[in-house]
Amino acid sequence: MTPHLLLFYLFATVAVAAAVMVVSARNPVHSVLFLILTFFNAAALFILIGAEFLAMVLVVVYVGAVAVLFMFVVMMLNVNFVRMRQGFLQYLPVGGLIGVILLVELILVAGTWVVADTPEAIEPRPTTAGLTNTEALGNVFYTEYFYLFQAAGVILLVAIIGAIALTLRDRGNIRRQDIGEQVHRDRASAVQLRKVKSRAGI
Amino acid sequence: MVVPLTHYLTLAAILFTIGVFGIFLNRKNVIIILMSIELILLAVNVNFVAFSAYLGDLAGQVFAMFILTVAAAEAAIGLAIVVVYFRNRGSIEVEDINLMKG
Repeated sequence: MTPHLLLFYLFATVAVAAAVMVVSARNPVHSVLFLILTFFNAAALFILIGAEFLAMVLVVVYVGAVAVLFMFVVMMLNVNFVRMRQGFLQYLPVGGLIGVILLVELILVAGTWVVADTPEAIEPRPTTAGLTNTEALGNVFYTEYFYLFQAAGVILLVAIIGAIALTLRDRGNIRRQDIGEQVHRDRASAVQLRKVKSRAGI
Repeated sequence: MVVPLTHYLTLAAILFTIGVFGIFLNRKNVIIILMSIELILLAVNVNFVAFSAYLGDLAGQVFAMFILTVAAAEAAIGLAIVVVYFRNRGSIEVEDINLMKG
């Protein structure tokens, strides 16, 4: 049992346990927190295998952005979560059956995978020619995959515009600042001079 | 590499299955279904990165990066739709989504 293997089992166990808690937790807030735990452990597994850049991106993007977004939405929507749980046990058997079948199939596929015996096929080379993982990825991102990289940026832009366009609403009764109106206010429209009789008021 | 490739593949398979299982289990709560989809995408990413590391090919990690991008976009759009739907119907139960049923 080498330290690598030990760490793998530690992170993998925690990740799987947290993933189970994500789908079975009573409170969606707890689900989000367990999702964050799963992502952290997956990031640790990525570091273990030599993909440091993706591990950091996973932490920044998933934990920093996506999970926080989930947390915002869970807390923003005032949903009766007890009613949500009804029918939970009703779906358990069929869901469990399909899950077990899928798992057995996938493990059969993964277990019978044969990696070529030659050293270069087994020896991992996440770093090419003495570069770190980040440098190597940067080299290919901005050369070979440049157009795809730009396309990914466009996808994110579309997501931003789409999310804003979907959730933006004009509520009508909100008083907003109108700078033009403020600037164009002159003395005539703002000040009135009146003769006020004593003890009479206006 | 001390950890065999099949370990990573099995872990990814288990995570994927938990994601599918979660979709079946939480038929009502759309937010948990979205989280299950994130789990499934994470499992796919684990597969990509494991193969990339073991075959010594960076393309897998590049692809995993793109999957991360699309997953983030999908989460943002999906949650925006959930918020709009909640605003209109006052509920996020999947069973209530039947306005377009013929």
